[in-house]
Amino acid sequence: MRLETTLFGAVQALRLTALRFPEFKKRLREHDAVVQLKLADNSVGRYIEFRDGKISSRSGIHPAPDVSIFFKNKNIALKLLSPKQDFLFRIDAMKNFKMGMLGPDDLTVWVNELVSLAQSMWWKQGEDMGDGVTRYTNNTNGGPVNVFVKDGKILRITPIDFSDSDPATWTVKARGKEFSPPRRASVAPYAIASKSMVYADNRNLYPMKRVDFDPNGERNPQNRGKSGYERISWEEALTIVTNEFKRVKKDHGPGAIGLSHGSHHLWGNVGYYLSAMLRFFNNIGFTRVHHNPDSWEGWYWGAQHHWGHSMRLGIGEVTGQVEDILKECEMMVFWSSDPEATNGCYGAYEGTIRRLWAKELGVKFVHIDPHWNHTAALLKGKWIAPRPGTDPALAQAICYVWLTEDLYDKKFVADRTTGFDEWADYLAGKSDGVPKTPEWAEAETGVAARDIRALAREWGKRKTYLAAGGYGNGFGGACRTATGAQWARMMVMMMAMQGIGKPGVNFGNMQTGAPHDYSFWFPGYAEGGISGELAFTGAAVNAYQRIPLILSMNPVKQVVPRLQLPDAIIDGKAQGFFTDPTCKEGQFIPFFYPAPGHSPIKILYKYGGAQIGTMPNSNRWAQMYQSDSLEMVVSQSIWFEGEAQFADIILPACTNFERTDISEWCSAGGYGHQFFTQLNHRMIMMQHKCIEPLGESKSDYQIFLELSKKMGLGPVFSEGMCEIDWVKRIFDGSDVPDLISWKEFLKKGYVVVPPEKEELRAPRAYAWFYEGRKKDIPEPHPLPADYSGEWLEGLGTQSGKFEFIPNSLKKIDDPDRPALNRYIPSWEGTHTEELLSRYPLQLMSAHSRYSFHSMGDGKGTSLNDIDDHRLLVDGHYYWRARISVEDARSRDIKPNDLIRIYNDRGSVVCAALISSRVRPGIVHTYESSAVYKPVGKPGASTDIGGSVNILTNSRSQSRGSSSMGPNATLIEMEKWNPAMAEAAE
Amino acid sequence: MKKWNLIVDVEKCENCYNCFIATKDEHVGNDFPGYAAPQPEHGHEWVKLHTFERGEMPMADANFMPTMCNHCDEPACMKVAENGAVQKRADGIVIIDPVKAKGQKQIVDACPYGAIYWNDDLEIPQTWIFDAHLLDKGWTKPRVEQVCPTFAIESVKISDEEMAGRAQREELRVLKPELGTKPRIYYKNLHLTDSLFIGGTVIDGKTDDCIDGAEIKLIKGGQEIAQTHSDCFGEFKFDGLPLQEADYQLEITHGGRSAKHECRVSSSAFLGLISL
Repeated sequence: MRLETTLFGAVQALRLTALRFPEFKKRLREHDAVVQLKLADNSVGRYIEFRDGKISSRSGIHPAPDVSIFFKNKNIALKLLSPKQDFLFRIDAMKNFKMGMLGPDDLTVWVNELVSLAQSMWWKQGEDMGDGVTRYTNNTNGGPVNVFVKDGKILRITPIDFSDSDPATWTVKARGKEFSPPRRASVAPYAIASKSMVYADNRNLYPMKRVDFDPNGERNPQNRGKSGYERISWEEALTIVTNEFKRVKKDHGPGAIGLSHGSHHLWGNVGYYLSAMLRFFNNIGFTRVHHNPDSWEGWYWGAQHHWGHSMRLGIGEVTGQVEDILKECEMMVFWSSDPEATNGCYGAYEGTIRRLWAKELGVKFVHIDPHWNHTAALLKGKWIAPRPGTDPALAQAICYVWLTEDLYDKKFVADRTTGFDEWADYLAGKSDGVPKTPEWAEAETGVAARDIRALAREWGKRKTYLAAGGYGNGFGGACRTATGAQWARMMVMMMAMQGIGKPGVNFGNMQTGAPHDYSFWFPGYAEGGISGELAFTGAAVNAYQRIPLILSMNPVKQVVPRLQLPDAIIDGKAQGFFTDPTCKEGQFIPFFYPAPGHSPIKILYKYGGAQIGTMPNSNRWAQMYQSDSLEMVVSQSIWFEGEAQFADIILPACTNFERTDISEWCSAGGYGHQFFTQLNHRMIMMQHKCIEPLGESKSDYQIFLELSKKMGLGPVFSEGMCEIDWVKRIFDGSDVPDLISWKEFLKKGYVVVPPEKEELRAPRAYAWFYEGRKKDIPEPHPLPADYSGEWLEGLGTQSGKFEFIPNSLKKIDDPDRPALNRYIPSWEGTHTEELLSRYPLQLMSAHSRYSFHSMGDGKGTSLNDIDDHRLLVDGHYYWRARISVEDARSRDIKPNDLIRIYNDRGSVVCAALISSRVRPGIVHTYESSAVYKPVGKPGASTDIGGSVNILTNSRSQSRGSSSMGPNATLIEMEKWNPAMAEAAE
Repeated sequence: MKKWNLIVDVEKCENCYNCFIATKDEHVGNDFPGYAAPQPEHGHEWVKLHTFERGEMPMADANFMPTMCNHCDEPACMKVAENGAVQKRADGIVIIDPVKAKGQKQIVDACPYGAIYWNDDLEIPQTWIFDAHLLDKGWTKPRVEQVCPTFAIESVKISDEEMAGRAQREELRVLKPELGTKPRIYYKNLHLTDSLFIGGTVIDGKTDDCIDGAEIKLIKGGQEIAQTHSDCFGEFKFDGLPLQEADYQLEITHGGRSAKHECRVSSSAFLGLISL
């Protein structure tokens, strides 16, 4: 009779929890119901009656229970009712009908939650600090934090300093010194500003409906962005949204629901877009808005064809650089690389201290950037400021000097590369009659030939690290322009000429390659969290065997390229190319919208933060939202910002401080494999639910669960679990239990992963390739089939060698991406003379420094008060644009003047920051304004919010790719005064 | 008696604003009776960042510096405060009592550093309190130090004699020492904010190449005051010169060739190409 005892015990657990926790008692009162637990053949059973918050139970079979939970036999029941769950067994039981649950979703989900809470409510979370203050922990895009809470309100948010009980820190001995990082986690400004984000005055606190949107009558799509909102109940909001889901599926068929989201979200593994969002939308089917690799662009579409690394989207290996730089490096060339502004990606200021070590050791620094950027300002060094987009010409002239003055690694080129002769002929001008001399490059780039020669010679003689992009071996504004693929290709070709992998010669800027334990496993957010999605997350490679889930799959094959989403909606058609990390050739395959047999998008579901401030030519996005081909626009968002103003229904989500989650700091996973390499210490974080969700906002998970319940998918979505259970499921599936117990983890909130033993440290990147050995880097890439020779032998190219003239590009016909990486001037730049005569300035829109994309910007946060971010003028916080002294003078612009920057695509008002750090002829600003505030008709008038990407070109870098090039933008500027706004109306 | 001091290294400050944001996080929406009333959401800069740009392309630099209440030993604000609204604690920290200071706008005006702000709603003067409320609860350092990525901010609790010794050894300076306010906030490398540099590029007149290793002497009033060498880009830089108009001569020599250059500068200057 053990099963009967277990069933009785479960009831007792409910009773005890109700006695101890008033919150639980409240939940008990939500429904009156009879719940039957039994074996399928009715041989054993117990039913529980919930009435007015009271629990009674009786052995036997009830004639008409509201909920019935049944198990195939006793063994299955005992295993599934055990407090310690074997999830593989459980999944099998659910999929093979070894158990089942009958009843309305409201009740089944509720009963499951009660059972779950009877366990999790007893878990103690956070540390008591006295005075009624509890210290919780959380994790953000800018670092992990302690959260001090009193009376249900966040008091303060601080970084985490380690204690003596945390594991020891690594030390590198180099050049007679010892280097060891500080025992703490650094933070970015937007992490420390989190409290002001939580309590921002434009939080969406209640479900809202646009006043003139009536799903049963007039929908007035033309008024999106203009008419106001009225508060509605959750019940009404969920009903409208799910009724529309059902209607368009029935009326139009697959594809009618389109899903659009930003590239990032508030941190977590459960609440992330690749997790709960995909889990839900896979269950209802959706047209995917397919993301171009926005941070990788030139590396993905260009560099990977020379050296493989498709599973990192074309950027390189990340181990061993810190030690190698400290021991060997003599010079570091930062090229479109400003880690002090971008924090690599998610890395806060972890790399900063290491860069200061390099400075202490006398490593020379060169900064190639039209802006004397923040990294240059901190480290100092030589400034080389090419005209934006001309960088490939600069690189080719450097190669020319190496070639003509014998300053390259001939043995490496002979043994490890192919196609060099053809490349050398091009440099020498044999193939096109134009030698790529420094003088040739000077005319193109504006950089003096003597500087190019001096740099090339120093580089050829010294052990040099190339810091390309903020990550050091990838990213960078120069990969996001018309010549982005050419530039990224040049970066890897230069390193091939210099013999990458030899001591002191590699990619990096101290941002990557700390001596971590790379075998300790915890999933990054892109492994898919709880989604069960294999194809569009890193789950298949990195997670499915550790955290078993019922797989989910989107049956809708229709895809829209993100950059062409407005074209798809407004014009009804679009074409794109895939971001496919599995191989180099996946990107060559075009896809078309609408897909055969699919419906055009009728509902656009916009999830997460502002995107209108990040996508090129975004007046088109504003126009799209007002299109009558969209029958409903939903915004599930935390703040009323960006394009939330175009939604018909707003579903208020809460921040990560108001929900529970678990994560590793700076761990993206997927094609951001080993991003934690940027840190000084790997840290796994409990993301406590620090406070209750503000207003009526809910966690993203909870919103998807509520929507699921209305679609009859409640238990399918929740699997009978609460958010905290998912957190525990991820915890249990990872290596964290080897370091800390669940109980201690919940209390302390974090665990530091001990560094790798010195003798086991991961090798220096590419040392294996340089030395002609099999690959010994700890990364599960490329796929075995991507090796042409033996497994682990050579790079992921056709030849296995570095290919100066890539085989993969020889087989395609993209006029903008020839196999020989010849210099092709920008399609919007110094060579487009007619346009240049009207718009003589070049716009650089870099990643913002003080906000993480649109996160933290606007919203009335404390970041608004940062003079370098926004400036308060007459009650409005204007976006900053940095302009040169010379360009300001010639246009009579004074410091802090409001200026209108404009071109044929639109106009945006910014506050001028006149700076000697800016090359004359350019305007330097940030993309990612969270504010879009047109002075007149949305999509057709001047924006004073700061969405400068309105001005950028949505043209793809090359015709055979979906790659954005927003840094190829010509503009003009003039002083602005508010009277001009009225004239513009 | 050990007292609190803050040492700020201008060379290490990178304008990340973490100290500014952390101070807002601590005080906006939070009331610490006896220490500080809530800071308004916007407008106050209890910790304020300053940018100092020098030079021009291709030789520009940018330096940054936070300022805050100096917790002076001779506080000007204390002298004008009525009914003991400003108190100097034994540990060196100056506190403006949020209750007693109500209506006393003269406290704001008295600060020669502009570090005190007027709270319009509460009608009180407010400033950075060195996180005295946290230190009193056992915190070992103020938040501005905890969040600084480069360790540009360091708090030290030592005797005044020890501090004076350290200031001398490390060439620390305080702001506006001539006022006699005796600040407890010290700065390292403050010359990056109040001096100028002269730089240039030495090139070979025949080949047009940059000259590495040219010797450059800086002469002022007939006296050689500094010497340096050009780097591989031909660039040289004399930094830390007084920020005032003056005439300088430069003598450049390399490989038996030499040149002279004269200039009058009043701010940092890139002299351009100097041909040998």
